[in-house]
Amino acid sequence: MNINFTIIGQSLIFISFVLFSLKFIWPVLLGVMEEREKRIAEGLENADRAGKDLELAQKRAGETLREAKEQAAQIVNDANKRAAQIIEEAKEQGRVEGERKLATAKQDIEREISSAREALRGQVATLAIAGAEKVLGTTVDAKAHASMLDKLATEL
Amino acid sequence: MASESEALTATGYIQHHLQNMTFGKLPAGYHRHNADGTETVLEKATWTLAHTSEEAAAMGFNAVHLDTLGWSLALGILFCFIFGRAAKRASIDKPTGLQSFVELVFEFVNKIVIDTFHYKNRLVGPMALTIFVWVFLMNFMDLVPVDWLPTLAMKISGDDHLFFKVVPTTDPNATLGMAFTVFMLMIIFSVKEKGLLGFIKELTCHPFFAPKKFWYANFFLVPANTLLETVALIAKPISLGLRLFGNLYAGEMIFILIALIFSGMAFSSFTAAGFASFFAGSVNVIYWLFALVVIVMTLWLNLKGKLSSGKAYLLLLIELLFIGGLSLLGGGLAHFGWLVLHVLVITIQALVFTVLTTVYMAMAHAKHDEEH
Repeated sequence: MNINFTIIGQSLIFISFVLFSLKFIWPVLLGVMEEREKRIAEGLENADRAGKDLELAQKRAGETLREAKEQAAQIVNDANKRAAQIIEEAKEQGRVEGERKLATAKQDIEREISSAREALRGQVATLAIAGAEKVLGTTVDAKAHASMLDKLATEL
Repeated sequence: MASESEALTATGYIQHHLQNMTFGKLPAGYHRHNADGTETVLEKATWTLAHTSEEAAAMGFNAVHLDTLGWSLALGILFCFIFGRAAKRASIDKPTGLQSFVELVFEFVNKIVIDTFHYKNRLVGPMALTIFVWVFLMNFMDLVPVDWLPTLAMKISGDDHLFFKVVPTTDPNATLGMAFTVFMLMIIFSVKEKGLLGFIKELTCHPFFAPKKFWYANFFLVPANTLLETVALIAKPISLGLRLFGNLYAGEMIFILIALIFSGMAFSSFTAAGFASFFAGSVNVIYWLFALVVIVMTLWLNLKGKLSSGKAYLLLLIELLFIGGLSLLGGGLAHFGWLVLHVLVITIQALVFTVLTTVYMAMAHAKHDEEH
């Protein structure tokens, strides 16, 4: 219980341990823990950011999907319209073609009629002469009555 | 001198436990009492181990407590080893068991420092950590049963009267040594932060200082301030050191008293007397070992199923009666009870020393002018 040199010895030991702690323990542990804190903070921040990114991506995906749906609907709509148009066009074309064919047919018929008439007209004189010969019992000189015959043919 | 019988009395036992192993210089002409009753007069000053507390007192300041310094050094090295190792191998991502524990302590101390000390100083943190762990370890030696290590030291050295205190903090030299180191640092940092003039001003012009109009009042106020502040300043290290010492000293005293009461009762029993006649001086260790072995064996037999519980209880009762009545059991319970309380005491005292040191450091850095 006496105060003696021990008090100074203890002081020196104390100081040496504090210095050891100052040099080898405290800064190392502080560094490790600060580094870990930093890493945890970074990790949390990253997680936060990832969450936000995910949300953003989901939103974007939704938007893209919606756009795609709209586009698809648009395309279907357009296709329908185009189909209707094509049908209309086809109908119109058919009608026009039919009319054209009809007109051609009518022309053909006209032509046939007129050609038949021409042919008939050519033969009228011969027929008339043959008929008259039968009636008169003589030969009719075609040259003598040519003017009358031509007149008949034109009247025909 | 009847040192044989002295060692067996209660006073002798207690005194023996409270004396440090002192190595010092006995002055010339000192009358040494030898164990066999003769007296030797020293012709010249001699460096030697003190055999009695009177000799230790006669050595004055020229002495060291080998046990105090040895244990504090050993425990400090233990602290440095554990913490240094953990720090060296510290991993950021995968802390192992030891590292987690060290970090827990570190975090705890760091929080105290951050909460109390708001200035820039690299030394305060490491000092707080060192104090907390080291003082705790030194205090912890108090929980080792009071007779174990001293008896072991006696057996190893072969000297039955060897003084050996294992708790450095029950030596005021140790606690005051640390407290005055803290005090020294306080003054150094005070002067460093505020300048010598600022430090002196703090001592003389605080807390009472007259305004310029009544400047003459300061002739009375400055001496009063000086007295007040000096006392307050000196009181800090003394209270810091003595608080730790007092708590641990009282705690150890209780352990000694419990050991004394119950071992006294145990030794008065029949079996102990028989042992004493066989082993004479070394009855202490062998007796306790024998008691321990017998009781543990009984319990072990019961546990293995070789002995029914009823028979085991009966056997234990008989054994306890033979060993020393129920005093062993009572002593064990009393020791355990005080141990539980004392675990709190040693932790709290280590914490108090740490916190106060940090607070004192903060006070040394605080500038009074800024507060007003």
